[in-house]
Amino acid sequence: MAEATEPSATAKAAVLGRIRAALADRPGPVTVPRDYDRTRSTADPLALLAERVEDYRATVHRVDAAELPDRIASSLAARGARRMAAPVDLPTTWLAPEVTWRLDTDQALTIDELDGIDGVLTGCAVAIAETGTLVLDAGAAQGRRLLTLLPDYHLCVVRADQVAVSLPEALARLDGTRPLTFVSGPSATSDIELNRVEGVHGPRTLEVVIVG
Amino acid sequence: MAGRGVTWLGTPTFPKAARTALADTQLRTNLRNATTTIRGKRAGAVAELPDWEPLRRAGEAIKDEVLANLDTYLERLEAAVTARGGVVHWARDAAEANAIVLRLTREAGADEVVKVKSMATAEIGLNEALAEGGVHAVETDLAELIVQLGEDRPSHILVPAIHRNRSEIREIFRREMPGVDQDITDEPRELAEAARKHLRQKFLTAKVAVSGANFAVADSGSVVVVESEGNGRMCLTLPETLITVMGIEKLVPTWSDLEVFLQLLPRSSTAERMNPYTSVWTGVAPGDGPKNFHLVLLDNGRTDTLADTVGRQALRCIRCSACLNVCPVYERTGGAAYGSVYPGPIGAILTPQLLGEDVDEQAKSLPYASSLCGACFEVCPVRIDIPEVLVHLRAEAVESKSKAAPEAAAMSALAWAMGNPRRWAAAQKAAGVGRLLSRGGRISGLPWPGSRWTASRDLPAPPKETFRAWWRRTRG
Ligand code: SF4
Repeated sequence: MAEATEPSATAKAAVLGRIRAALADRPGPVTVPRDYDRTRSTADPLALLAERVEDYRATVHRVDAAELPDRIASSLAARGARRMAAPVDLPTTWLAPEVTWRLDTDQALTIDELDGIDGVLTGCAVAIAETGTLVLDAGAAQGRRLLTLLPDYHLCVVRADQVAVSLPEALARLDGTRPLTFVSGPSATSDIELNRVEGVHGPRTLEVVIVG
Repeated sequence: MAGRGVTWLGTPTFPKAARTALADTQLRTNLRNATTTIRGKRAGAVAELPDWEPLRRAGEAIKDEVLANLDTYLERLEAAVTARGGVVHWARDAAEANAIVLRLTREAGADEVVKVKSMATAEIGLNEALAEGGVHAVETDLAELIVQLGEDRPSHILVPAIHRNRSEIREIFRREMPGVDQDITDEPRELAEAARKHLRQKFLTAKVAVSGANFAVADSGSVVVVESEGNGRMCLTLPETLITVMGIEKLVPTWSDLEVFLQLLPRSSTAERMNPYTSVWTGVAPGDGPKNFHLVLLDNGRTDTLADTVGRQALRCIRCSACLNVCPVYERTGGAAYGSVYPGPIGAILTPQLLGEDVDEQAKSLPYASSLCGACFEVCPVRIDIPEVLVHLRAEAVESKSKAAPEAAAMSALAWAMGNPRRWAAAQKAAGVGRLLSRGGRISGLPWPGSRWTASRDLPAPPKETFRAWWRRTRG
């Protein structure tokens, strides 16, 4: 153990030296074949997204922009959610009036507050139709990663222009240096006799509203 | 324990362990159900993508590119992580990596860490090393928790507790989980709920988390963890300090290369289009997540593996476990028989290579834990030719023996059969997998040309010392 605390530079030099020795044959440059599908088309990407999200046993609604506030309000009412968390920059029309909203302002919500809340409402950065995935990048209307992690219920709004068909298209729209969370359905485990159980630690209920 | 620090589970050699496992009907039933189910689902998930083969070829090439220039990409990764407020540490072996994690944990003032399931930390025996240093590691993946509470060993890369059924899990929880409702039923939903309650307080109060990494992007320094339960997100977001231990081969060059692996991994692994959660982080993000991020780059035998021009392809592995689920030997013996944290076909080639010169009895038997049927290569998302590496490890050992031993002629017939995957597959198909494992690891009744030898006696696994001799000669 004693020598393990010596400067990391020694270990680094050793590992890099071993790599260079191991690569004495220095294999030539590798050409990566990129003939897989970068983009893919489908007649109705929003319908595909809805179908694929539902496959994960998440609830999906499709509305037009004018219907969105009512849809949010009735989802929250149906759920019996009275105290909701949301990022500070959530569009004000999304803030259903019957609900007490806790916005994650500079006075950040504490872990205890989030742990005891009924749910969280956010937007997203990108959605992937083929895989039924929502990607959050801590950008507009999404907030910190913690917000969508601790509450047991996550209601997420996806705009039509945020939907990509394939995973490569989605990654191309994202900045890999932001804190990203890809969400495909609610938290799930199959560790007990391969039975799928929703919700171990992340939100047990995911509800998605697709606008457009 | 053996070698340079690949955690060794102390079970007997593969053939012996396999015979014990074969006698365990419960284990075999559980395993057959699991592997058959996952196999079927995987085929469906893969068939959905019209470009699966091009994706596999791209995955193979990207990993080969990384391996061919590993020094360059690692230095690039270090620079990117450092520029974004992370700290990079280098570890030559298990002891060095464990000492780094222990020191960082102590510096953070913690005597408990929460852990995301990770093969690399299992490989180096981190939990045991932390315990020696007075730090308790809490596994937060449900299956790993079941294994940890049951003082058991994992039996599968993806579903480590697959050998346990619901009533056994209920008993473990009732016995080992403080404060659990003693009237809990064996419904998976109730058991999962109990785990959620048990771990919640740990997540909310932990100061330090330890994770592995599925991928890291050299250009940007982004680190990726793929999971299902949300325990990973908890560990990666809540504690103040995050320590990630990553094998040096886990790199991809650029962000866009993830477009290949984030398609290959979930479909090969859990047979899903996408796993429930994938987290990506780069250094530290002020106001969002850990304040301190440490990345430990682990060698522990990987550079030696890299030196073998045939065996190095094992370093392309993305730990999806697809090869386990199609392996007829694994299906009958289970993961524990391999004695290694890496079971199944990938374990049979990776473990002896990682262990290197100090390879022990059991590791030496692992290249024989296969029927060479080729199914593992067919499903491998990065096209690792496992049969080729197995035959390479075997044939070299047999060849070196044949020069010295009195039974040289017979052994060279065997070497001939083993020297080509197709010949060997044909021989073994005729002999049958069950018989491969019969009678203490002896192979009996091989058809011609193996029959030239087995007609008069059983065919033993080639003597151990030749493997070592071969190892010395080639590793020099
Ligand atoms: S060897 Fe291939 S199939 Fe097996 S775990 Fe690794 S990547 Fe998956």
